[in-house]
Amino acid sequence: MTRVIRYIFNDILRTRFILFYTGFLLLSTFALFQLDSDFGKIVLSLLNIVLMVVPLVSVVFTTIHFFSSYEFIELMLAQPINRKVIFLSEYLAVASSLCMAYLIGVGIPFIMFSAGQNVISLLVIGVFLTLVFVSLAFLSSVLTRDKSKAIGIALLFWFYFSLIYDGFVLWIIYTFSDYPLEKVTLTLIAFNPVDLARIIMLLQLDISALMGYTGAFYKNFFGSNMGVLFSSSILFLWAIIPIYIALRIFHKKDL
Amino acid sequence: MILINELCKKFGKLTVLDQVNLNLSAGKSYALVGPNGSGKTTLIKSVLGTVRPSSGLIQFNGKDIANEWKYREQIGYMPQIGRYPENMRIGELIDMMKNIRKEVKTVDEELIDDFKLYKIYDKRMHTLSGGTRQKVSASLAFLFHAPVLILDEPTAGLDPVSVEILKEKILHERRVGKLIIITSHILSDLDELSTEMVYIFEGKVQYNNSIEALKEETHETRLNKAVTTLIKQKELLNSITEHL
Repeated sequence: MTRVIRYIFNDILRTRFILFYTGFLLLSTFALFQLDSDFGKIVLSLLNIVLMVVPLVSVVFTTIHFFSSYEFIELMLAQPINRKVIFLSEYLAVASSLCMAYLIGVGIPFIMFSAGQNVISLLVIGVFLTLVFVSLAFLSSVLTRDKSKAIGIALLFWFYFSLIYDGFVLWIIYTFSDYPLEKVTLTLIAFNPVDLARIIMLLQLDISALMGYTGAFYKNFFGSNMGVLFSSSILFLWAIIPIYIALRIFHKKDL
Repeated sequence: MILINELCKKFGKLTVLDQVNLNLSAGKSYALVGPNGSGKTTLIKSVLGTVRPSSGLIQFNGKDIANEWKYREQIGYMPQIGRYPENMRIGELIDMMKNIRKEVKTVDEELIDDFKLYKIYDKRMHTLSGGTRQKVSASLAFLFHAPVLILDEPTAGLDPVSVEILKEKILHERRVGKLIIITSHILSDLDELSTEMVYIFEGKVQYNNSIEALKEETHETRLNKAVTTLIKQKELLNSITEHL
């Protein structure tokens, strides 16, 4: 498996996209440090960038990579290698290279300016979001044979979780505002990895007071160690389940 | 060595393979013949496990190949259209394949030498012509001394000199006692290379016997004549049964 991963890794590095991505993250993090001196504000601005950019880059890069390495996959399938090994190697190579780019791009400036605990959770949720959206992108890649369709589905995932879902939740809260909705919204948030990541981060930043009554409720629930554990495990499920379904489909697919 | 039992493959509504039964044994060389789209490549891909059969059974050395992968160590496969990572150099590709089958200690580089591929080791795959690609595919198929060789249109697109080199190599491997499966539309090539003939039409095996027997049945001395006579006979038979 390690041999296969190494070849995919080399192939990814050769496209230089990962380098651009790292450079972009480095640049924007440094720029934010120049603009502001308050760590809390920097982390908050960075959070907004991370929540948009990380999922988008993950889905687009993964689908493009999957279809451009179709030949490689075909070649490997005629060799004495297990199909699952080929697929999981693809996943691990793509996910780890994107995670590495993120950790370097966001982590290095913070180490240089010596920041605190908030940054670690920002790094962790970035890695989680990468894993989640890489696995969603792999799922959309095995669902169809057509590259543009796959990118379309993957972008739809991003669009849905970043924009549409929030609108949907807001609509529910607004329409049923006469009822106690804390538990309902809590459940609804678990169905959106981006929201989950945002909430974990906002609570750590201690600005949950800005979120009103529900904010206090979340603080009560998520702020405790149990809450963080619960939300991280839900995020973890978000990474595992799509890739597991994708693996099942890939295993039965004609190539 | 390879046993195919009641194999069916459907792509949507289209039936590509229909109840195929074959028994391919070691030491023989099979010519897989049939018009375009008759299911030859699908059959080969089913044996390789890249296409999953809708129903039926394929056994390799007595073992069911469904969800297996280890048996592919024993197969050298030359695809009809070789698709390779486009950014890789020929040398890197060959090194990679060796690296993946590290267990094989001695490799057979005769074709790499004969095709003079080492001269263009640093060329990238996307710069190669169709013929050179075929040479790379052929070299890779023979690289690991595999006891089963599956060659999908091996001579298509090769220049006459290279065709002769490849044919010599196939004949040599046949003498060593390997199981060889070749598909081709160039029947004169198959006449030299194969001993058995499997004729597939619309996903069904229509004929499966030795080439000698086919020639005797049709009273022809050359394979291409014999096959055309066979096809005409089948057509005649079909039209008669239709009229009934």
